[in-house]
Formats: sequence, structure tokens, C-alpha cells
Amino acid sequence: MFVAEKNALSEEIESYVNKYGSDRSALLMILHEIQKKHRHISEFAQQEVARLLNIHPVEVYSVISFFAFLNSNPKGRNLVRVCQTISCDMHGKAGVVQAIERELGIKIGETTKDNKFTVEYANCLGLCDMGPAMAINDQVFLKLTPEKAVELLSKVK
Amino acid sequence: MELNTKKRTGPVIFSEYERGDAIKKAVSILREDILFELKDSKLKGRGGAGFPVSTKWMLTSAAKADEKFLVCNADEGEPGTFKDRVLLMEYPELVFDGMVVGGYTLGAHQGIVYLRGEYEYMLKSLEDYLEEMRKDNLLGKNILGKEGFNFDICIVLGSGAYVCGEETALIESLEGHRGEPRNRPPYPINTGFLGRPTSVNNVETLAAVSHIVLKGGSWFAKFGTDKSKGSKLFSVSGDCEKPGVYELPWGTKISELLKLVEAKNTKAVQVGGASGFCIPKSQFDRKLAYEEVSTGGSVMIFNESRDMLHVLKNFMEFFVDESCGQCTPCRIGNVKLLEGVEMIEKGEYTFSHINKLKDLGRTMQLASKCGLGQSSPNPFISILENFNDEIFNSGNNGGRNVS
Repeated sequence: MFVAEKNALSEEIESYVNKYGSDRSALLMILHEIQKKHRHISEFAQQEVARLLNIHPVEVYSVISFFAFLNSNPKGRNLVRVCQTISCDMHGKAGVVQAIERELGIKIGETTKDNKFTVEYANCLGLCDMGPAMAINDQVFLKLTPEKAVELLSKVK
Repeated sequence: MELNTKKRTGPVIFSEYERGDAIKKAVSILREDILFELKDSKLKGRGGAGFPVSTKWMLTSAAKADEKFLVCNADEGEPGTFKDRVLLMEYPELVFDGMVVGGYTLGAHQGIVYLRGEYEYMLKSLEDYLEEMRKDNLLGKNILGKEGFNFDICIVLGSGAYVCGEETALIESLEGHRGEPRNRPPYPINTGFLGRPTSVNNVETLAAVSHIVLKGGSWFAKFGTDKSKGSKLFSVSGDCEKPGVYELPWGTKISELLKLVEAKNTKAVQVGGASGFCIPKSQFDRKLAYEEVSTGGSVMIFNESRDMLHVLKNFMEFFVDESCGQCTPCRIGNVKLLEGVEMIEKGEYTFSHINKLKDLGRTMQLASKCGLGQSSPNPFISILENFNDEIFNSGNNGGRNVS
């Protein structure tokens, strides 16, 4: 990481700390902001958060490793989460997943070579009445068919 | 994007209501009066556990502290539950007004909505809504002219952990720790967020509070059964023509609900989500109520074509994924139960081993630290017992019989 990049990231994290406060209770929202922007929370970011909240970096890591939506290693530019819970499962999740895997040439849990997509399973997205459902980044899509799912992916930049 | 699947509005939760009504009423009466109304209403927690709201609020309001908190539990993670999504998107006034009333009653100045990460798409509109409330003086300082009544609400996003729906795990994660449940006691009503008295209430509970304060506890208690007052929002999904959110009075029979949602050839209904119970056809005349078939509102319907072992496997995979790993019965137990399901799937099991696993499940119900491990064996035990014949004794069943 270049020094300029590091400085920019530090400044960014400082702005989150200004927004949410420097108490430890601000940690989750700060991590959420970093994750949203950078799609992962790097070691350097973890150290900066720890410094600004006055806690040990391992404490920050322990929280990241606990939550499914936070990660310390980079993922693809777009995160696709397919709901795997029973209502979506019954309405054709397997076909949707198969189509996505074939189309992107990866297995679920993997990232495409061009780094454009990471595809994962998610537990219940709370859209059981309109399954199968999936989320692309923070948008959700409903009543998918294999064809529709692939079409949605083709529209993502 | 159309997310509205409200299918039936009932006379209680979805009855007429305008923003601020409950707050206006609340600030014109005493805190004690609100507690009495809640007591009369016999409102119980809508998240599933069913703790009386008046008791929780009386204890929290009686606790002495420099600060208290009210937390709205919008970490709706139970598979098959989506009522809070509909409430928050379509009726934010009910939920937020309920929180302000709570703040007044408890003497809290800060309300926190713990919104599950999966619902991030509604964050912006909820925050805009809170901003409007601030403009109308429904939040902020001296709310509606009531001297000294200061209350504000902030929203914190969860990050994809089912266990954070458990109130102490939720508080841990709000404090910036791993979302691992705490030992109870002490309960959050004494030692909650930042060590202060904290009341954690479900979204639907707070919505009900708004109506009760406005229309009275006895009005609310007119609906439902003796032990379960009011109505309940049911999230219906699975094999039926009309999935969605239904408001029905407590005491509705499962068979009545199935008729309403146009479910055909129904074999089983999973009530209460993955951690609930699987009800076979022979018991469809049972009532949905705290005293009979208790639920946080999830109703998943399975028709004759569904393989119940596959359903069970899906649930157990969920629990293996979502166990926080803190206590041994839950961390190891769920893995063992899933392995058992896989053995049955392959036909590589013995009945003595399966019986041992059922015993293990009963041990988990007693020995796990929080509700997750205490309830995760429910589907294992109830599906294997209620669908014993389908799983173990029917002929051409994918090689599941011991040869």
C-alpha cells in the first residue's frame, strides 16, 4: 500500500469516527462503512480503527471474524448472495445457483478471475414469500428463475 | 422493487393510526398509566419468547441509573419470518412511535434500532423518516412541549449473524464485541447496553404498544384467547397460493390459516421458524397461541411432494452455520445432529445412534447457553418423530433403510 493510500484511508476512518464517535460501541457501524466502500477491512484499516477507538487491533479482528458480512480479505467487486434457506430452496434455489455457476464459470463461494463477482450463499434474507431471492451488493431481487438471475448478473458493471 | 406482500389486515396491528397519535396521548398521561394500560392489555413479547411487556417495562422503569436504553430488535433472522420487513417499510410510524412511548415510560433518552444487515436497503428511508419526526418535534428535546422529555433514535446495522437476535448477543454487538450471548442473570433490564438498564423489544411489540396507548389496554385484550391477547402477524411462506404477511387473532387454528392462504395437499407446517416445531397433518386443528403452538410468526408450509428429511437437513445446516460457537452443547451438538441427518440420507445409520442423537438434542435443550442451542434440536426431534414413517419405514426412499 502506498503512503498516499494509507493516508487517505486513515482520513476516511477518522471521518467515520467523527460521525459515530470514538466509543467502542461505534465499532460495528465504522466497520460497516469501511466494508461497504472497500469490500473488505484490511489489516491496516483494522489497526487504524483500533488506534482511533483505543482498543487492541485483535479486538477489531475478533469482531470482523465473527460477522458473516465483514471480511478481512478482499472479495470480488460485486457480491452476490443467494438465499439458501428452506422457502427459497423449495422454490428453485438449486436451479438458480447452477445457472449462475455455469454462467460465471465458478463454484459458489468463489470469485471470478476478473474479480467482478463473488458468489456466496446467504442464510434467510427475509424474503421467504417471494423466493428464490438473492442480493447483489445491497439490492435484493425476487422470484428468480435461472434465466432471470443470469440476466441480472449481465447488467451488473 | 415491490416488497409489499401484506395479504390480510386485521383489526389490531393494521388498524387505523396516524403518526404521532400515541406520543400525543402518552405525554398527556402519567408513565404509570401507560404501564397500567399495558398490564391490562396483557401484551406479550412478539419475538417469540412471549415475556409480558408490562413486566419488562415496569422493571426497567423502576431500575435506578443515570441512563437507560430502549432497543428495538429488528434483527429478524428466523427463517420464514418477514413481518418486521413489512412493518418497518410500510408502518414505520407504529414502530417509532412505540419507541418514543417506551422512552417516555422507561425514562430512557436513547432508542436504538438494531436493523439486520440484510435489510440495509431500507436504512435510507428509515433515516429520512426519523429526520421528519425530528422536524415535527416527535423526536429530540422537549418532545411535543413536554418539559424534560428528550428522546432520540439511531439505527445500527447488524452484519449477518442470526444469534444477534438474542437480546444479550445483540447488546454485545452494539457494544462493539463479538455477538456472543451473555449469561443471564443479570438481565438487560438491570445490566444491559453499556451496563445500563435496557429494554429490548421486538418490532411488532413496539407497534402494538402504539395502538394500546392510543386505544387502551382493554380494547387490545378483547382480541385473541385468554392467555394470548391481541392479534399476531404471521409470515406465511412455502407451498401455498398466497404467501405473505397475515394479521390474525391469536387462537386461529392452523387449518383455518391454511385455508386462508390457499394451501393444498399440505403435509406439514413448520411453526416458529427453523427453531420451531414441525406440525404434521394430524395436528392441524391445534391453535396458534402462546399456550398451544407458540410462535414468533413464522409459518412455513410443506405439501405432499416435499421430502421432510431434506427440510430437516436445511435447518440443521442453518444452525451449524449460525451457532456462535461459544458454548459446547450448541457448537458440537448441531454438527452431530447434522451428521446424523446425513447418515440417514445415505442410509448409513443405526436406530440406536439416532436415538442417542435425540437424547443429545434433549441435552442441548437443557445445557445450551442461549435460545439458539436450546431450540435448534426442536426440528430434529419433531421432524424425526412426526415423520418417522416417511423417513425410516417407507420403501423406495433413496436407500434410506438399513439393509
